[in-house]
Amino acid sequence: MLRKLLIGTALASSFVFSAHAEDVKEVQMLHWWTSGGEAAALNVLKEDLSKEGFAWKDVPVAGGGGDAAMTALKAMVAAGNYPTASQMLGYTVLDYAAAGVMGDLTETAKKEGWDKSVPAALQKFSVYDGKWVAAPVNVHSVNWLWINKAVMDKIGGTEPKTFDDFVALLDKAKAGGVIPLALGGQNWQEATMFDSVVLSTGGPEFYKKAFNDLDEESLKSDTMKKSFDNLAKLVTYVDPNFSGRDWNLATAMVIKGDALVQVMGDWAKGEFNAAKKTPGTDFLCYRFPGTDGSVIYNSDMFGMFNVPDDRKAAQVALATATLSKSFQSAFNVVKGSVPARTDVPDTDFDACGKKGIADLKAANEGGTLFGSLAQGYGAPPAVANAYKDVVSKFVHGQIKTSDEAVTELVKAIDDAK
Amino acid sequence: MSTVAETKIKLTPEHNARPSASVRSRLQDALPKIVLAPSFAATVIFVYGFILWTIYLSFTNSKTFPSYAITGPRAYQRLWRWTFESDPPSSWYTSITNMGIFGFLYIFICLALGLFLAILLDQKIRGEGVLRPIYLYPMALSFIVTGVAWKWFLDPGLGLEQTLHQWGWTSFHFDWIKNKDFVIYTVVIAGVWQASGFIMAMFLAGLRGIDGEIMKAAQIDGATTFQLYRRIVIPLLRPVFLSAFIVLAHLAIKSYDLVVALTSGGPGGSAWLPSNFMYEFTFKRNEMAVGSASAVIMLMTITAIIVPYLYSELRERPR
Repeated sequence: MLRKLLIGTALASSFVFSAHAEDVKEVQMLHWWTSGGEAAALNVLKEDLSKEGFAWKDVPVAGGGGDAAMTALKAMVAAGNYPTASQMLGYTVLDYAAAGVMGDLTETAKKEGWDKSVPAALQKFSVYDGKWVAAPVNVHSVNWLWINKAVMDKIGGTEPKTFDDFVALLDKAKAGGVIPLALGGQNWQEATMFDSVVLSTGGPEFYKKAFNDLDEESLKSDTMKKSFDNLAKLVTYVDPNFSGRDWNLATAMVIKGDALVQVMGDWAKGEFNAAKKTPGTDFLCYRFPGTDGSVIYNSDMFGMFNVPDDRKAAQVALATATLSKSFQSAFNVVKGSVPARTDVPDTDFDACGKKGIADLKAANEGGTLFGSLAQGYGAPPAVANAYKDVVSKFVHGQIKTSDEAVTELVKAIDDAK
Repeated sequence: MSTVAETKIKLTPEHNARPSASVRSRLQDALPKIVLAPSFAATVIFVYGFILWTIYLSFTNSKTFPSYAITGPRAYQRLWRWTFESDPPSSWYTSITNMGIFGFLYIFICLALGLFLAILLDQKIRGEGVLRPIYLYPMALSFIVTGVAWKWFLDPGLGLEQTLHQWGWTSFHFDWIKNKDFVIYTVVIAGVWQASGFIMAMFLAGLRGIDGEIMKAAQIDGATTFQLYRRIVIPLLRPVFLSAFIVLAHLAIKSYDLVVALTSGGPGGSAWLPSNFMYEFTFKRNEMAVGSASAVIMLMTITAIIVPYLYSELRERPR
């Protein structure tokens, strides 16, 4: 009985196998840039590659978002069926590199001079064990304020330079009858805002020690308590209905003038652009008060997999095109981020983009370019998510005091390490 | 004994005389097994094989990728410690208490409401053919659709509260979906809305199967309507209760998409169920061992509830 079953199974499964024909002139790409502007930006890359004779093939991902794509990637890699490249974030690249499935682009990197043009902080994620394993596509920075200019004029506000200025500005907005702070109460948005609060409260050195080096003394210091108190202060300025709101809806509140300001990464600019708003006249972009001169970043990378030799040429072409100055400029103008190399001319960028490029360059040279913990560039995902848990529980009241928050933060990060 | 002997005698000459027929008959015997084999193998590998694999992984220190070196029950120790961290609540504590609240209320309310609706519909009312599918249709929606629709409806800025404010009832206040202590009850509301119509249909089928003679006999004996249902109808519906319970229990335990679509995890993760915990830890936090351990605990919990119930129900009615 059992033997018959086994034979039957073998018969049936033999139908499943079929031959795989490998196309050399093809780039297989796993990504989740499928919506409007992002897809258009990626089209530039597709065209660049097709000029060189390489076909583009999207690896389909069911369900869209980044989580689904990462699950799909895990399955593909486990099956030994590597894509040419995949959109990846932060520590994911290093995890895959440690598992030994990433390719080696060092030769191309040398030829193209990536070592010099890509900021050193980014190379932490694109270079593993001395080998280039990923091509950074862009740099997003997180410590931005996005302000509706009409509302700002109405309440007579000026650019806040310190945290206290910022609180005073929010008070003015409250008195003026608008929602002062647009926030989406999802854990990553709260934590993204808290990144900026910590940098503002403790300064660059403190941010680095606490959120990049995970130094326990800093994590449980009084400065961290003060940061949580400042966060609690900011949360008093949100509308009662903020919990669970998506980030782009919060941005829309600022665009429509229902709210004065949102603290969000520069992907928010894409929403303003889509609504046909101009920086300087319709909206204002300032660094989060007290963080001028520093940049908290995250970055999209194209991780390059260890594909068979006959597919390497396509991979090199993709990597070269990705880090070419023309693509870096064209893509990032649309995406709202800034180029991942510091030698790209800023002529095509708007005022906010120009400021972003200058800030990135300065921060890179001054050593004040830090990975965002909330966005997974400060520590591995387990730690980053434990951090988001604590911040979110503090915002929503499961954690009641800043003392408790600091204790929980140390405990959660310890647990996740 | 004689039958067996006869069969043997009858079979043997045939077997000798026509070997080709024997091949065919053997093939005929084997055919159902061959056809069943792929699905059998698929079930063995993809259900039971992966259960074993998950149990194995929960004893390793797998992070992003599975690792195969056994490192002991560290994942279980962490879960055990988290089980008692109630202030501030650990994610695991939140998940299992939510499972208790959601599981109990969802199953209980669905059964009660389903039975109630079925009894009302069974009163030979006009328009039953229209009413029945109206109640049944929510079941045809996916949890995602249910979740998104209820998310909008319950959102104080968009749905019910906003509408009532516009109609002039400005003191009306209903913000459970934004409240960390009540958000799990909104998941119950949406879940009950979706499933109670289906449970009603099951009970309705059960009610139609009850012999009318028994009811008439009871009425002649002077039973009131309440007594009739309490003493006769509901006890007769016991097999339906069993089926409905099993359907609801597995829906409750595998609820994941409803929480995600309705609450995106709730304020500060306060709407998590164990399935959300499992997915979050395995795929987002790269703590595969902890995720696997939580999956194993879910499986053991289901087993602990379902097996005794099935055993007691099925043993009492030998057929």
